[in-house]
Amino acid sequence: MSAGVDEQEQANPGVQRGPGNDLRLVSLSKQFGAFTAVNDLTLTVPAGSFFALLGPSGCGKTTTLRMVAGLEAPTAGDIFLGGQDVTRLRPYKRPVNTVFQNYALFPHLSVAENVAFGLKRRGRKKVDAEVARLLDLVELGDRGRRRPQELSGGQQQRVALARALINEPEVLLLDEPLGALDLKLRRQMQIELKRIQTEVGLTFVHVTHDQEEAMTMADTVAVMNAGVIEQMGPPGELYDNPATTFVANFLGQSNLVAGHVTRMRDDLVEVDVEGTTVLASRTRSHADSGAVWVGVRPEKVFLDSSGQTRDHGINVVRAGRICDVSYTGVSTQYLVRMPWGQELTVFEQNTGARELFRVGACVDLGWRAEHTFVLDAAQDAHAGVEYEDLGT
Amino acid sequence: MTAPAPFPGGGGADDQQQPPPPRRSRTGYLLLLPGTLWLLLFFIVPLVTLVSTSLYDPAGTLETGYQLTFAFGNYVDAIDDYATEFTRSLLYGGLATLFALLLGYPLAYAIAFRAGRWKYVMLLLVIAPFFTSFLIRTLSWKMLLADQGVIVEVLRFLHILGDDGRLLATAPAVVLGLTYNFLPFMVLPLYASLDKIDVRLIEAAGDLYASPPQAFRRVTLPLSMPGVVAGTLLTFIPAAGDYINVELLGTPQQTMIGNRIQSLFGAGSYPAAAALSVTLMLLILAMVMLYIRRAGTDELL
Repeated sequence: MSAGVDEQEQANPGVQRGPGNDLRLVSLSKQFGAFTAVNDLTLTVPAGSFFALLGPSGCGKTTTLRMVAGLEAPTAGDIFLGGQDVTRLRPYKRPVNTVFQNYALFPHLSVAENVAFGLKRRGRKKVDAEVARLLDLVELGDRGRRRPQELSGGQQQRVALARALINEPEVLLLDEPLGALDLKLRRQMQIELKRIQTEVGLTFVHVTHDQEEAMTMADTVAVMNAGVIEQMGPPGELYDNPATTFVANFLGQSNLVAGHVTRMRDDLVEVDVEGTTVLASRTRSHADSGAVWVGVRPEKVFLDSSGQTRDHGINVVRAGRICDVSYTGVSTQYLVRMPWGQELTVFEQNTGARELFRVGACVDLGWRAEHTFVLDAAQDAHAGVEYEDLGT
Repeated sequence: MTAPAPFPGGGGADDQQQPPPPRRSRTGYLLLLPGTLWLLLFFIVPLVTLVSTSLYDPAGTLETGYQLTFAFGNYVDAIDDYATEFTRSLLYGGLATLFALLLGYPLAYAIAFRAGRWKYVMLLLVIAPFFTSFLIRTLSWKMLLADQGVIVEVLRFLHILGDDGRLLATAPAVVLGLTYNFLPFMVLPLYASLDKIDVRLIEAAGDLYASPPQAFRRVTLPLSMPGVVAGTLLTFIPAAGDYINVELLGTPQQTMIGNRIQSLFGAGSYPAAAALSVTLMLLILAMVMLYIRRAGTDELL
């Protein structure tokens, strides 16, 4: 591999390195013909963070990533990297590297040559030490001379990661990097990726449709649907306090029950659900009048045989009848048919403290007010449901 | 009578323990039979005949008959007498291959990556010339390149042509004819090779700081090398042995080895003609072997 004169010219990609180089997308849109893939997207990814773009396939997350990489030109809007507008820069001039969904390793080059590719193109002559260091980082130090196709899927994935990381990009883009791996390997690589990100301290933008993957690794998750970001925040906050029915269903599961707001208290909202008053904390209420969806996560609900007395401050809906029990070892999933015909899901840890309920048992459902969230009833209660089933 | 009778079950349980012997099916050989016969009849037999003819006594004629005298001198004479034609054949064949590559690569690239829904129309157009005969097409070039033709007029006007102001009956006309006639043999393998390249690899090269020319040189070109090798071979081998293009577009000054072989066979000098054929075959075979080794695409063969 002789480095010709043409290899020298992009030695300086033109963006200052160092902290403070946030990635900012401003009113970014992308249209393919009549189809809007990304619609007026604005977001900031702080430098050094692990950011996940989570959404079902076709939601525009990969298009967003490709626009940041420069592989797709936005229809409108701008992309800034550390204050510099990179919207019109060609991909090879951007200090951004991608780990592609199917790795896109060069089959005619050895693993080491693959990893060295980026450095060579920027005119670096001595790359061996650097390549060895990166291969060690991804624990493939002894595989440098192999061809990529001789490695397993997980190893190829790590080569792709090393090939991108060696360039020390401002932002590392990961496009469903674990999608092709089996479940066990995926778990391992999740931990590995997080470790490497902490170690190198680069900004990672991770695109995935796997909500568990996003929640395990990312500092910040942005849930995307139909070209827009539905909600963005730390994984725990999104999970506990979803702002839309799509987020409530796509990120984990939710029980959503129709109700209407009857009274606003200082820090609580009173909602009437089928004749029972349910309380929710105001910080988790995204609607404050009229018809609403009252939501609670299945594992926050506990079951008791009908007629038990309750402490104050706990929401109780009574007279449910268990219509399905699935035992999964760690926990038991109950389907409870409520008097108004809706089936609610309840997860209970198998602590062994009491007997399992049987199908047909009559139960009351209880949960704490602070675990209740209230969403605007104008939305479809099933938004995001089918994707969740497909994704896992 | 100690040997157990081979009745079913008579051999006892240990017969059952052994894995069944691989079934030797004759179907495979039967299926190979037509092809084998064909090769035998139309390749092996002619080849043996050709080689033995090349060793006949050169004094023989159609009237007196030929004798196999292992006259290896035929080869020495052939190479001595026709070295110029050999060189010319390799030169014309080489030039035609080079031009076909320069024309065919961009074409194949465009069909593979840029044609979109026109891909198959373009491929059809590449092979469309085969719908008419090779001879007719070469004859058409004769008209196109004629002294009173538009092409010659324009070139004369631009003062590009040589002193005699002709295009027909010159070496360029022969090379042009060869290039034209064998272009599809270049384009099709190139297309097949380029079409297989995953565009994401080219994107990845761009993502890893390779400018478009670098991405081409480092990724696209190496990955299309099997097509380049196959295309150049498919073009060079027939082009170097061709005689129609010289016949129709050239003059005796452009005689290639194919013309000599044809005229010697016509004149009844079978031994000399056969010796030339075998020499050409060996020469091309040697060059191909060398080429493939140098190109590093051994896995093709």
